[in-house]
Amino acid sequence: MLRLTDVSVHYGRIAAVNHLSLEVNKEELIGLVGHNGAGKSTTLWAITGVLKPSSGQIDFEGRSLVGVSPDAILRRGIALVPENRRIFGRLSVGENLQIGTSGRRDRRAAHADIKAMCERFPVLGAYYDRPGSKLSGGEQQQLAIARALLARPRLLLLDEPTLGLAPLIVDQVFEILQELKQEGVTILLVEQNAARTIEVADRTYVMRSGGQIQFHGTADELSRIGDFETAYIGLGETA
Amino acid sequence: MISGAERRYAAVSGGLVGAVALVILVLALIVGTAEGVQYTLDSLAYGSLFAVMALGLALLFNVMGLMNFAYGELIMAGAYVMYFTRSWGWLGMMLMTILIVTILSLLMELIAFRPVRNASPAVLLVTSFAVSYAIQQLAWTDVFGLAHRFDSTIGTGIQKGVEPYPWLTTQFNVGGVLISRLEIATWIVTAVLLLGLTLLLKKTTLGIQLRASTEDFRMAQLTGVRANWVIASAFAITGVLAGAVSILYILRTGAVAPDIGQGPLFVAFVGGVIGGLGSLSGAALGGFVLGAIINALSATLPITLKSHTQLFAFLIVIGILVFVPNGLVSVRASAFSRVWRRVRRIAPAEEPT
Repeated sequence: MLRLTDVSVHYGRIAAVNHLSLEVNKEELIGLVGHNGAGKSTTLWAITGVLKPSSGQIDFEGRSLVGVSPDAILRRGIALVPENRRIFGRLSVGENLQIGTSGRRDRRAAHADIKAMCERFPVLGAYYDRPGSKLSGGEQQQLAIARALLARPRLLLLDEPTLGLAPLIVDQVFEILQELKQEGVTILLVEQNAARTIEVADRTYVMRSGGQIQFHGTADELSRIGDFETAYIGLGETA
Repeated sequence: MISGAERRYAAVSGGLVGAVALVILVLALIVGTAEGVQYTLDSLAYGSLFAVMALGLALLFNVMGLMNFAYGELIMAGAYVMYFTRSWGWLGMMLMTILIVTILSLLMELIAFRPVRNASPAVLLVTSFAVSYAIQQLAWTDVFGLAHRFDSTIGTGIQKGVEPYPWLTTQFNVGGVLISRLEIATWIVTAVLLLGLTLLLKKTTLGIQLRASTEDFRMAQLTGVRANWVIASAFAITGVLAGAVSILYILRTGAVAPDIGQGPLFVAFVGGVIGGLGSLSGAALGGFVLGAIINALSATLPITLKSHTQLFAFLIVIGILVFVPNGLVSVRASAFSRVWRRVRRIAPAEEPT
């Protein structure tokens, strides 16, 4: 479904992502873990068209995404739940949800989906007219996920959805992800919480500093790579 | 529970009422009640023009980080369109002015600003200066003999480009206060424009997309908001506002010149800054307040100081910026919210975590 082939992304002369290749198949939940600065978010920015790769190829359902604008990529079926939620704080919850349907033409169905989303995430229905900035971190995260889902994406990208959230809320977010997976939503999950990610993901890519993939595999395969924690911080043998 | 947006609107309304009350009070004290009311009404009309202009500037500034100094040239273009269509009757002239200025605004976006949309703010700023300079120079090159007609240095002196309509500018007496239809039209048009824009921003899909874009343009794009559509819409709205301001401004003076837009642009820009360019309502309030101050000063200063009106006005601007460097609205909003919290005793648990 999504294939990155030998992708490099540079900030000036510095390579944030270096010859990275990864693949996401339909209905998979793929994890992408690594330390701060490993290039995980940069990879998502490249997929969503915010950053242009300096080399390599990004294909989604057989068509290249390189050089395509972020709004056009959303229309092709890829939605992003960004790091720190980035909900529109001055807009009401309802307006935030409405913005999530911007890429759709089926206005009636979109309206029905907003209603359905408020039933799925009751807190959004309860605070429908409240400004987004007045929600708690966990509520904002639900809003960010709902907003992305309203685009009816075929691939959902999540960038550190548990960042800064209380442990109880982190559990809720992972529960939501598992529900989405069961519903057949294809997900690429970027997380620093490697253990939880590997647990829920079908396969996980481990990035190391310098923007390269260090390991890749299922939870079982990764567990067989010696001392994974040691490997994860970049001291282990490459697989 | 009151929302942040409602608080901001309440703050802006409070600011407007306060500003008007202050102007009336000061003028009444200085010149007596009847004249005070007269000057206040004049200042309201004059300030309204700059409120609309500052709103146009703030819209583009918030949507794409562009401080469009070529906005003054839209006013100038409007003045020339009025000159060429002055024989068409007032309705034809006005419609054509708004149409041409809007098209020019869209062309600016398409030709000059779209190619540098993702460039740094410095590049955007230089581009806006370049567009402003280029259009103004085009007007100075005596295209259609216009510079010759309107430039006092090479032609026959500054002439009235658009003769004011007597039925519009003739003043009539209402209880000792002189009012013209143009003044009334200015209040109505600016009120309709501000109300219309508010409704558009609050009630339509485009408006919600514009507000989202003003808050986080990149994220708006990532949720599917079409960048080309929303930015072109912002330029179109700006064009309509500039066209309306051209008409109201030129009908007051009748003067047409290549640099006619520079003065109003500067006042609107500075007004927007003192109101808070980060907020559309704040910028409109700032434009209104500065326009009203300039008009009030020019009416009340002694004859020997009248030529220094702008000096005094900008001294007041410096004073405002010293005390409220983030603009009038942000300060008023926070002050208002503090008072509101105290009145309603909102529990800390309701605050965002």
